[in-house]
Amino acid sequence: MLSRIASCDSHGQDSSYFLGWEAYENNPYDQLHNPSGIIQMGLAENQLSFDLLESWLASNQEAVELKRNGESLFRELALFQDYHGFPDAKKELVKLMARIRGNKVKFDPNKLVLTAGSTAANETLMFCLADPGDAFLLPTPYYPGFDRDLKWRPGVEIVPIHCSSSNGFRITISALENAYQQAQTLNLKVKGVLITNPSNPLGTAMTHQELNHLINFSKSKRIHIVSDEIYSGTVFDSPSSSFISIMEAVMDRNIDESDDLWSRIHIVYSLSKDFSMPGFRVGMIYSNNERVVSAATKMSSFGLVSSQTQYLLSRMLSDKKFTCNYMKENRKRLRKRKEMLVSGLKVAGIRCLKSNAGLFCWVDMRHLLVSNTFEAEKELWKKIIFEVGLNISPGSSCHCNEPGWFRICFANITEETLQVALQRIKVFAQSCNPQMLLLQRRSIIGKWISKLSSSSSYDQEPDR
Amino acid sequence: MGLLSGKATCNTHGQDSSYFLGWQEYEKNPYDEVQNPTGIIQMGLAENQLSFDLLESWLDRNPDAAGFKRDGQSIFRELALFQDYHGLPAFKKALVEFMSEIRGNKVTFDTSKIVLTAGATSANETLMFCLAEPGEAFLLPTPYYPGFDRDLKWRTGVEIVPIQCTSLNGFQITETAIEEAYQLAQKRHLKVKGVLVTNPSNPLGTTMSRNELNLLVNIITEKNIHLISDEIYSGTVFSSPGFVSIMEILKDRNCENTQVWNRVHIVYSLSKDLGLPGFRVGAIYSNDDMVVAAATKMSSFGLVSSQTQYLLSALLSDKKFTQNYISENKKRLKQRHRKLVSGLEKAGISCLKSNAGLFCWVDMRHLLRSNTFEAEMELWKKIVYDVKLNISPGSSCHCTEPGWFRVCFANMSEDTLKLSMQRLKAFVDSITTTLHNQSNHQSIKNSRRRSLTKWVFRLSFDDRVTGER
Repeated sequence: MLSRIASCDSHGQDSSYFLGWEAYENNPYDQLHNPSGIIQMGLAENQLSFDLLESWLASNQEAVELKRNGESLFRELALFQDYHGFPDAKKELVKLMARIRGNKVKFDPNKLVLTAGSTAANETLMFCLADPGDAFLLPTPYYPGFDRDLKWRPGVEIVPIHCSSSNGFRITISALENAYQQAQTLNLKVKGVLITNPSNPLGTAMTHQELNHLINFSKSKRIHIVSDEIYSGTVFDSPSSSFISIMEAVMDRNIDESDDLWSRIHIVYSLSKDFSMPGFRVGMIYSNNERVVSAATKMSSFGLVSSQTQYLLSRMLSDKKFTCNYMKENRKRLRKRKEMLVSGLKVAGIRCLKSNAGLFCWVDMRHLLVSNTFEAEKELWKKIIFEVGLNISPGSSCHCNEPGWFRICFANITEETLQVALQRIKVFAQSCNPQMLLLQRRSIIGKWISKLSSSSSYDQEPDR
Repeated sequence: MGLLSGKATCNTHGQDSSYFLGWQEYEKNPYDEVQNPTGIIQMGLAENQLSFDLLESWLDRNPDAAGFKRDGQSIFRELALFQDYHGLPAFKKALVEFMSEIRGNKVTFDTSKIVLTAGATSANETLMFCLAEPGEAFLLPTPYYPGFDRDLKWRTGVEIVPIQCTSLNGFQITETAIEEAYQLAQKRHLKVKGVLVTNPSNPLGTTMSRNELNLLVNIITEKNIHLISDEIYSGTVFSSPGFVSIMEILKDRNCENTQVWNRVHIVYSLSKDLGLPGFRVGAIYSNDDMVVAAATKMSSFGLVSSQTQYLLSALLSDKKFTQNYISENKKRLKQRHRKLVSGLEKAGISCLKSNAGLFCWVDMRHLLRSNTFEAEMELWKKIVYDVKLNISPGSSCHCTEPGWFRVCFANMSEDTLKLSMQRLKAFVDSITTTLHNQSNHQSIKNSRRRSLTKWVFRLSFDDRVTGER
């Protein structure tokens, strides 16, 4: 009676990523009412800087009253459903995007398409760039939501570019080539690569080298690059110019304007992570390809941003002083919170991938596995949810090909809650089979020593 | 290898149809009372601009609603983080109660069966994704809203097969017409998954009769297919016979918890009734759990801003306000409708008798050079470029008879409407004079006689087409 897509499960909603959420919903931690409940560390939300947003709102009531200089804009906004977007909103958004990139790149508001969240942006790009049955290559580990956003309705396949801890999960030329071969073997036409930069779940900004590999790859195979840069404003190490946008990387190659590579580069952005407003559904596509902009603009009819919201953010972002201060302070707080997580984990004998962005850490719990298998990872994960009381995301849900890695979020809880979580982890880690732990520790120490002498992709204490 | 997808490069988005081209002309030369008094008057936009004052004064009295406050406390954080695709509970409750109120509380709706979407545009597309495979078909009575060609077909790959309705019976749906549509689908090797109707109708402005609704229930029961009832104009019914929702019919027929109950889905939106298209508030209502479940997940691709959900939950929970708004809005629509109809009458133009919507379905067949769509296009161009009124030609709505136009009345001031009618009358007078002075005035007399005969015939056949004569 219903369509195949309505009845199947490609929406990926049954993956562990979502099941962990359910466990949390059934027994959520609350400092007062449920201090032994499950702490949510699987939600990549940024709750650290609301006070800044709220104080701005308090002094800028017009933005919510839908007024401008005392005049009501209600009628105009109520009627505004132009899929080209509220001009002021787009103007400010491209300025923001440029600022985040240290003004090394300039963006044209006419190439920006507003969508109801980056979820809509990514799906729309798939509809524009690929036919059902075509494939996109994605480096693993990747955000579990992509299985739904890219595949479900557009019918696009995802072929993984396997990255491994041996080099800090960086994208290599051979990994790209292997993925491409894999697609050929599966008889899939590869239309492009989709990267998340900074990465979710790794929390790392891509290096120049990786970006160049991608550009070369795109040139040689003549495919698209979609760069989901929704975490670009969360790069908290200094200098923050360690974030290199795909646009910048292409520019640095001095590729001629007429080269059609330009027409194959597309950026996705959103205010959900940088500005903590996932509820307001503000996403966007930026593309140099006129036809993509044109098609995506029409498709945005299926997910426009509320004009009420477009007005609010146009006002907020036009306050340059506020925006710059917000971004700076926000990054500071993220950094501090990340360091708290990293050092807390270290005390428990747990290491993370060295990261400089995002709202989470990519945590190495391989030494706590009973065996080097995904079954063992699942076992460990269940223990952590139900015994330790922390909802964290297992690497397998992110399609990581090495068992034992977990994504742990740090920006969606209070400092006190984080301390509670860290205490629980410490206790748990200590309680793990001491004998096995000793053996594992010995072998890991051996590995560390050899790594110390090469390069370290593990997070160090700051100020070292 | 094509760089972009088929969807990005084709034109199934229907954006090149005259419906949109007329808009483009208007954009180039828009009427403004002061700045551009000879510009094109926009009469192709089905917007409700008549009751903003009511909304604005409510907002002034209730600043917390837009200010992210509840009982004086800031809930900004809570709303900024709220992206649950199940929707804000308070908003869903207020919305289903509002929908019930519009239906005279003859039906009630369950909040667990409603799915919020970014506008009815998103709702309709989502339902297609849920109910049909690419290549399957939905039957739609003509004339229909041109946007459906994009919303139902573009990314979903679903086909539309028309149920041809004609002026002979006021464009009502008949059993024959549905059967013929079915035949047509068979011939095109298309599997029919359902029927989609807009009730009240766009562009007709009429509510569906109980006969038609019962006929539809019979058909979908017999053929085991779905029925989607797009009821986005349900709050704009300003005179009798009043609005009968498909849900009411099902209730009357004791269809609750039968199979057919699960195959009827309603689409709603606040764009027309409340005049808030910019806020992107749409909804799907379905008795089928699986449809609700799938549509809920799909709504991720077009959620309603939580900022907007909160504002509207406060607005719609104010029952005193909603009751007053609904009745006052209807009053104003009725008055404005009357003004358009009498203005047209003065120009010797009649419309389909209507009791809802933001537009009239206007009969200009007597002004056609010939009974063809080419003639309709010619007339339309004259009206856009010479008379400077952007109205929608029936062909863009897939009407099978040339000469019908949709003319909107609720998106401009009363003065502007008056001016548009003056321009139209002047135009009709000039045509009549011109035609009269041409050597073929005899054939005009004949065609007028024919038209007159048709009108007389219709007067005796069906009361609906005579307007307020």
